[in-house]
Amino acid sequence: MSDAIDIRRVVKRYGTFTALHGVSLTIRDNEFFTLLGPSGCGKTTLLRMIAGFEDVTQGEILLFGQNIAGLEPDHRPVNTVFQNYALFPHMSVLDNVAFGLKMKGMAAGPRRARAGKMLEMVHLSAFADRLPAQLSGGQQQRVALARALAPEPRVLLLDEPLSALDLKLRQAMRVELKQLQEDTGITFIFVTHDQEEALTMSDRIAVMSAGHVQQIGSARDIYEAPVNRFVADFIGETNLLEVEVASVQAGMARVVLPGGQQVTCPSATDTLGRHALSIRPERLSLIAAEGDMTATVERVVYLGTDLQLLMRLDGGADMQVRIQNSARTDVPQIGARLGLRIEEGAARLLAD
Amino acid sequence: MAGMVPDQTPATSGDGYRRVVGPLLLPTWAMIGIFLVVPVALMAVYSFLTKEFRGGVDWQFSLAAYDQFFLNRGLFGDEPPVMEWTYITIFWRSIWQAAVATALCLAIGFPTAWFIATRPANTRGIWLFLITIPYWVNLLIRTVSLKFLIRDNGPLNEALMGAGLIDGPLPLVNTNLAVQLGLFYSYLPFMVLPVYAAVERYNFAYSEAAADLYASRWVTLREIVLPIVKPGIVAGCLLVFIPSLGAFLAPDLLGGAKTFMIGSLIDEQFKGSLGNWPFGAAVSMILMTLVMIALLVYARSTAKGGAA
Ligand SMILES: Nc1ncnc2c1ncn2[C@@H]1O[C@H](COP(=O)(O)OP(=O)(O)OP(=O)(O)O)[C@@H](O)[C@H]1O
Ligand SMILES: [Mg+2]
Repeated sequence: MSDAIDIRRVVKRYGTFTALHGVSLTIRDNEFFTLLGPSGCGKTTLLRMIAGFEDVTQGEILLFGQNIAGLEPDHRPVNTVFQNYALFPHMSVLDNVAFGLKMKGMAAGPRRARAGKMLEMVHLSAFADRLPAQLSGGQQQRVALARALAPEPRVLLLDEPLSALDLKLRQAMRVELKQLQEDTGITFIFVTHDQEEALTMSDRIAVMSAGHVQQIGSARDIYEAPVNRFVADFIGETNLLEVEVASVQAGMARVVLPGGQQVTCPSATDTLGRHALSIRPERLSLIAAEGDMTATVERVVYLGTDLQLLMRLDGGADMQVRIQNSARTDVPQIGARLGLRIEEGAARLLAD
Repeated sequence: MAGMVPDQTPATSGDGYRRVVGPLLLPTWAMIGIFLVVPVALMAVYSFLTKEFRGGVDWQFSLAAYDQFFLNRGLFGDEPPVMEWTYITIFWRSIWQAAVATALCLAIGFPTAWFIATRPANTRGIWLFLITIPYWVNLLIRTVSLKFLIRDNGPLNEALMGAGLIDGPLPLVNTNLAVQLGLFYSYLPFMVLPVYAAVERYNFAYSEAAADLYASRWVTLREIVLPIVKPGIVAGCLLVFIPSLGAFLAPDLLGGAKTFMIGSLIDEQFKGSLGNWPFGAAVSMILMTLVMIALLVYARSTAKGGAA
């Protein structure tokens, strides 16, 4: 597979404020690549530089091997689904979708036919003659998607395209988008701050924070093997414990838990001393006997499919545990003192 | 509820709202009545009265004013009537002059408005203020000044000759061009302000979306920007065209006999004993009717375009 986009040490400054601090990424052709990060971390900024709406302060961006620094947006084989849709308010839905085709010089007949097909794909054929203002937010978002896909770009940039949809529609659109990406073979660069969306759709994810790329990898890599506190904390839920490292060798570390017991776990660092240990709440189990740690139940939160237990370790640290809420689960009493066992692969030592 | 004082009534509750607003609308109705309905009615009535020789009217019904406008019955009024072209020619010339002035205002006003609207938000006010400053000076003085600027031995011609670009002075005063320039200068802010208001509201994300979909800058201007800011442009054109059509200061001061316009024609009818009030009123009525028809045709065409 060739590379669709190669981002090399890209820096973006707005005056004295640095929005991106030397970002490097490689996005493969036909890949569903997600930029995931909290609000303000620079996702839109990076997307806008790829599309050509922002100058690159430093570094370079290659599109299929070609440096696109001097290329105006209308000469880049890239289309965007904008965060605010930016549908042309004076044009019908159909004309909006056909606009890119018109600009590429397609004749009126085939253009309308193809735009109609695109509308069919996003289930909006009945709305072809309406103006954007006469659509709901979710419908506008789907028009924006159809409009960006119609000219068959080589790379599609999607800036939080599902954020305005309700949960049901969002879940349905996730599946459809993924399917569409596989069918068309277009490279998708998908921006979101919704980790569930990122985990369920992406081939690979870049986790960003404050203008830095923290980690790049598959959903499994990022969830199972976060490199640092930020990634461990941002993706899913986790317990972070300060622990002493007794020994570390070949990516495995032996650490001393607050209660004194020792466990062996995979490690993202190879230095001794104090480090953060990440333990996923759903990978802890409660046992009546002494476990790896002992803790007291402080609150029980009912989540439907799960129960979330907020517990306090004997050493004083807080601990979250998630257990399945099946018919056979006996709900722990508040104040009960229980043992916690760390399951195989549940804990990971972080670099910082 | 009946005893409740008006200002405690929630403004959103229908009846109370109407009860409060009804009396408050009185000044508006008074304004419209005194400054719109009464003058127009007077004008309409006067156009059907008989001319009095020292100026003013005799209260006697007559179609003489309209007859004079459209028909030529010879010098002594005893020949068979033929079409009178004098006044229609003046109308046509006025429409042309006003159209050129409007086009000039648009050509200069649109880029100006665009420039101001794309400055940082905190400096736009200053630019707008600068645009309006010349208009604090009386129109008559500005028009006379323009005449001084462009006359044969005025600064413009002196500078051009000094630079060796021309041998003799350009004869600008008393030409159509001078009148058009005068109208352009008189009404430019009426173009800039509404266009500015429209461009300022324009969301530049549309231009980005167009560029993203392979539209060049010119195509984006034509297909996206202009249609979206069109209401501002139309408002600006109307605000320039309509007063230009009836203007008499610029044509009187900058033009000559060959640039005589409607405004001057009307103006003359109300001056001293040479005037003819019914005729002046009739010319005004015809002008107003023409403008109204043009506006209606325009409104209907856009209403249809919007629905399609
Ligand atoms: N034109 C600008 N001038 C100055 N600062 C800017 C500009 N555009 C963005 N920024 C700053 O750059 C940072 C990154 O912005 P960006 O829009 O890329 O965030 P984001 O990750 O897309 O956030 P969100 O999820 O809220 O959309 C923010 O701190 C923002 O304030
Ligand atoms: Mg954003």
